[in-house]
Amino acid sequence: MYALVDCNNFYVSCERVFAPQLEGRPVVVLSNNDGCLISRSQEAKDLGLKMGEPYHLVRPLLEQHRVQVFSSNYALYGDMSRRVVQVMSSFTPAVEVYSIDEAFLDFSGLDWITKKSDLLTYGQQVRNTVLNYTGIPTCVGIAPTKTLAKLANRLAPRTGPTRTMVLATAADWEPALARVPVDTIWGVGRRYARKLTELGINTGLELARLPEHWLRRHLGGVVGQRLWRELHGQPCLEWNPAEWDDDQLQPNTASRHSVTCTRSFGRPQHQETVLAEAVATFATKAAEKLRRHGQAAHLVTVILGTDRFAPAPGPKTHTAVISLPTSTNDTGMLIKAALQGLRHLRRAGTAYHRAGVLLTGLEPEGQAQLGLFSGSAADQQRSQQLMKAMDGLNARFGRQLVRSAAMGVAKNVDGLLQKPVWAGRAAHCSPRYTTGWDELWQVR
Amino acid sequence: MLTSLHDFISASLFSTRELPLFGCPVPAGFPSPADDHLEGPFDLNRLLFRHPASTFLARVSGDSMIEAGIHPGDLVAVDRALRADHGSIVVAVVEGEHTIKRLQFRAGQPWLVAENARYAPLPIDPDVGLLVWGVVTHVIHSLAGAPAAK
Repeated sequence: MYALVDCNNFYVSCERVFAPQLEGRPVVVLSNNDGCLISRSQEAKDLGLKMGEPYHLVRPLLEQHRVQVFSSNYALYGDMSRRVVQVMSSFTPAVEVYSIDEAFLDFSGLDWITKKSDLLTYGQQVRNTVLNYTGIPTCVGIAPTKTLAKLANRLAPRTGPTRTMVLATAADWEPALARVPVDTIWGVGRRYARKLTELGINTGLELARLPEHWLRRHLGGVVGQRLWRELHGQPCLEWNPAEWDDDQLQPNTASRHSVTCTRSFGRPQHQETVLAEAVATFATKAAEKLRRHGQAAHLVTVILGTDRFAPAPGPKTHTAVISLPTSTNDTGMLIKAALQGLRHLRRAGTAYHRAGVLLTGLEPEGQAQLGLFSGSAADQQRSQQLMKAMDGLNARFGRQLVRSAAMGVAKNVDGLLQKPVWAGRAAHCSPRYTTGWDELWQVR
Repeated sequence: MLTSLHDFISASLFSTRELPLFGCPVPAGFPSPADDHLEGPFDLNRLLFRHPASTFLARVSGDSMIEAGIHPGDLVAVDRALRADHGSIVVAVVEGEHTIKRLQFRAGQPWLVAENARYAPLPIDPDVGLLVWGVVTHVIHSLAGAPAAK
């Protein structure tokens, strides 16, 4: 048996833990750079506010209904997510964190729970403990496979004290499958859903009723077969729809071949120094990602974007590619290449709305052929040691304690680093209640 | 050079979590044979965060609990996993705000009582009910004048 525990309106719920006056009031949280709605309280949903709606378009509606608006506060959400997972870990040793707000609990070791009513009780116990310990409300779906647990979670009541749904046997999950459209089945992406509806397969149950070999032949071979088994209560350990889902296939496969860091600026930027600091920061972040994955890059692409909505014709995104003499994940070398690309790309007087760094031509680190101009083996070893020491210090004392001067070193009067000029908008950010000494949660 | 830098920071000298506890005063001559039996290091986190997932630190901003030894600027550890009883110091929600008070039951009715003669005890309307956010387990008070931890 698996339980899928899904936090309700997670970002909004995190904000409410520290701001009880928001209980019962409409609340929304905005994406990076205050772009669009990414979390809505039930009251906000009831006002007709949709997921992903651009903030500037719904702003009048938000003001009219006095909706409380927050910029995303990932320091807070990350810490609350960690606490939720920690509480769930006391119910089973096997917790698989699926995203910041959902996790699978593997109940296969818990043989004493056999009856459906026991499963329901256990699920409610998980929910109540998470709620009491962290203040975060959740819904729980329990079933023999992850796909059916996802379905159970989807159908769990959204209000009331229970919010747990158990689909223990075929007699439970067949009517449940009949209630949902086929594209809501975990792993069935847009492409397969279209194919299925064209064939008159509209509900989850109609999909499950197809023969196993049909799914094998028409829905991605062995992965289609695994889906069939999952829908029939037979857990497939290798089942990972994220690798298969046709909507997500692109970014997932691509991510193994590239590392990017891009940001929209809070305000358009034209100054060379500001752009250089931004590009150096993105190169640094991308380099850190490379090292975490044990990879090195051959190519550095610098991206500059102008106003996407400008009436003037012409391309809105400009790129320059720098090829490196050997593959590297050294922050210094990658910054140097990125800045070279920026100099080539930037047109004086043009205001840019976003920028980024893309690293491609990836290979496992330490396999670089020594080139004629690329320095000695001793140089490479020194670079590796320096990066290791830098990553170690930053991991221990906070990110960017040791940083490249190219990222900018301007400080405030209190000695803390200034927020960069190019930083995105986050006009409505709540304090880092649980992770920042200066912003700690206050009680009177 | 760089290797030794890395070794240096990985030494426990920089640990922010553990203070070594010696079982005897450090002698100024011969090493004590008792040092062979060095006791485990103190870990204040384990004392303050018995339930790490459910314990939150808060900064106190008022003086209503000053007679309980909780001063403005102090840090308190608040545990959501504990049940509040008669006499517990709690963080409660009153009119949409978090407030720190002592919980008392008087003739079966809950009251939130300040530990400062200037503040009157607050009876809880049984129709509204009392929302206890968590139980205060520890106070961290700095004696050096500066607020605790920055």
